Amino acid sequence: MQEILDQLFVLLKAWLVGFFPLPWQPLVSILISVAALILVFALLFAVATILERKGLGRIQNRYGPNRVGPCGFFQPIADGLKMLIKEDIVPSGADRVVHFLAPIALVAPVLLAFSVLPYGRNMAPIDLDAGIVVFFAVGAGTELAVFMAGWSSRNKYSLLGAMRAIAQMISYEVPLILSSVTVIMIVGSLRPIQIVEAQAGYQGWLPAWHVFTPWGLAGFLLFAIAATAESNRSPFDMPEGESEIVAGYFVEYSGFKFALFFMGEYFGMFAISGLAITLFLGGWHAPLPFLEKSIPSYVWFFVKLFGFIAMFIWLRGTLPRLRVDQLMNFAWKFVLPMTLLNILAAGLWRFLPAGATRWLVCLVILLGAFLALGRSMVARRKWSPRKYRFAE
Amino acid sequence: MNATIELEATGKKSNFEILPKVTPAGEISGEFLEVSMGPHHPSTHGVFRMDVTLDGERVVKLKPVFGYLHRNHEKIAEGTAYLASMPYTDRLDYFCSMTNNWAYALAVEKLAGLQVPERAEYIRVITAELTRLQNHACLCGFLLQDMGALGTPLMYAFREREKILDLFEALSGSRMMCNYMRFGGCRVDLSPGWIEETKRVVENFPRFLDEFERLLSENEILIARTQGVGVLPAPLAINASITGPMLRASGVNYDLRKADKYGIYERFQFRVPLGDHGDVYDRYMVRVLEMRESLKILQAALRDIPPGPISDPKAKVRNFRPKAGEAYGRIEAPKGELGFYLISDGSPNPYRYRVRPPSLINLTILEDMCLGHIIPDVVVILGSVDIVLGEVDR
Repeated sequence: MQEILDQLFVLLKAWLVGFFPLPWQPLVSILISVAALILVFALLFAVATILERKGLGRIQNRYGPNRVGPCGFFQPIADGLKMLIKEDIVPSGADRVVHFLAPIALVAPVLLAFSVLPYGRNMAPIDLDAGIVVFFAVGAGTELAVFMAGWSSRNKYSLLGAMRAIAQMISYEVPLILSSVTVIMIVGSLRPIQIVEAQAGYQGWLPAWHVFTPWGLAGFLLFAIAATAESNRSPFDMPEGESEIVAGYFVEYSGFKFALFFMGEYFGMFAISGLAITLFLGGWHAPLPFLEKSIPSYVWFFVKLFGFIAMFIWLRGTLPRLRVDQLMNFAWKFVLPMTLLNILAAGLWRFLPAGATRWLVCLVILLGAFLALGRSMVARRKWSPRKYRFAE
Repeated sequence: MNATIELEATGKKSNFEILPKVTPAGEISGEFLEVSMGPHHPSTHGVFRMDVTLDGERVVKLKPVFGYLHRNHEKIAEGTAYLASMPYTDRLDYFCSMTNNWAYALAVEKLAGLQVPERAEYIRVITAELTRLQNHACLCGFLLQDMGALGTPLMYAFREREKILDLFEALSGSRMMCNYMRFGGCRVDLSPGWIEETKRVVENFPRFLDEFERLLSENEILIARTQGVGVLPAPLAINASITGPMLRASGVNYDLRKADKYGIYERFQFRVPLGDHGDVYDRYMVRVLEMRESLKILQAALRDIPPGPISDPKAKVRNFRPKAGEAYGRIEAPKGELGFYLISDGSPNPYRYRVRPPSLINLTILEDMCLGHIIPDVVVILGSVDIVLGEVDR
């Protein structure tokens, strides 16, 4: 029974595909996967927006949307309808073709990136040997879309936003990829399914996830920082920078094109969280041994995904935004050296005998690097705690 | 002031023109971008515009443009009776109507030689300090909003502001446009239980301040974004006649509550916080510390408020004609020195009516603080000046 529940969607798809003649079956199988992906993530997008608005509301001492439907949970539908019936405005000086293509060029690669992630046992839409490479390759396509939007709008704010976005996304792409290199080195494969399977099993109560090793923890944290910057979320939301450059690269978009940008951004966030789950948090595996069999694997994947979404909402509600130059300094002077040293630590972990020695070696390298780099950051900074004097 | 890079004089400077960058040697080495920030930019605090010339994102020239909210306040006041201008003063700095009322009432009282009863003076101090509390709290919230902290500090500040506005509503019938002060006193006496309610608010305010400071004052990002940004040296601040928390953040000890001792401020024990660097962080912290000092004044005033009349019996509501002469009444409004200059020719209307708006005068120094910084800093510096466009444009 639990086995059937776990494989429910796989069996359902096999059953549906069985209705078609054999030559059509691969095509139908792909189409079903695509439909499921778009449906599930569109739904998740709706749920994430309402959760974000309600969560932010609670952080800020207010209720958030609570008028449409029970507790306001139909708000995304109302928003979607509103977006659909709004006028689509194209600025008179804009490059119309590029302006039209940009939102599509943003959403399409992210949907492609979804196709390589394993969502549960036997539940990867495409099982590619170079899945991680494909993920980063199509993920890099979003930068082009962002620049297309910023450039074609012929607006100075959008141009500034696009400039910032390009600089930020390229800078953080490097640590993002370098921090996932560690996992690829240890597992020895670029296949997402194999990476998840390498994290199966438990040592006592502790699952064998990569995040529970020193290099994995450091890699996960660095990956999470880079992922926040890569998906333009607060405190790294400079390309949008609402208070500075109005809305950044999509300032001239309205109606459903704007909704597509919005969607693309959330999809990007889901995709990169999904990759973090695959690489470091054991993919579809349960956090405790006795839960592994009783709860279907895909549930665990989405529970972890919601954990990421909650973290992003929390960060957004709490932190002010960094400045562009500070962001760059942080990327090149702290995150990048840390990821490089983390690769060294992961390599040593791979070749040292299992036991306390390799824990010690990795911890010394990583903590030393953290302290040294942190010290140098602190030494370079020009600010300090202050005392204030009072006149009577 | 120090815009050393010359701009080539082009005849037309439209919104979409890119200017060639000319080095002092006369070579063209790139292009400037002219951006018109405002009047519908989300963080110009109203209908304010900055014509910014950018080199990349760095500001090489900044021209503040205002007047979008000009309502002819001063001229209208010359055509109406003295008292009829009182509700208009609410609309100057619509965050702080109580202090606006007080400054105007003070000027007219000087002109007409009216004496304010003691109880009215206490009420004025209490309302003014409550106004200061809510203004500074909201300013800190807005500043953080400009810095990209999406609404959270602002909403925390607004929660406290609501409590204070409720007090104002109980007192005057209106939350923001109080129209409460009168020449020679106040409009109505305190309602029963108002003092107790105010005491409760004042007692609970430090909890909010502690929470706010725990969240923000030591925040690494806030410190990184504000320290060393928008430095205003004390000599420049004095020359530009900057007043209020901005001047004190530059380290100049000038608080009209101490310097002028208007009203009954000499009876209260409070200190004036001073900054040493004159940057945005100092302006933020000086305001936070000022709120703590205001709480001391409030506690003392709420404890000592005497019973008695609330208005000078000599003050006439109808046919109010001060004798010919001139007067300048000024108070330490939350944003700086707010002054009203009045000339009377013995008629029911002022012959000349002039407001010294702290927001406008503090804004004049904006370019000097912004040059060399980048766009995100400009927004934060503007936020730290604390402007309300109703007062800037009048």
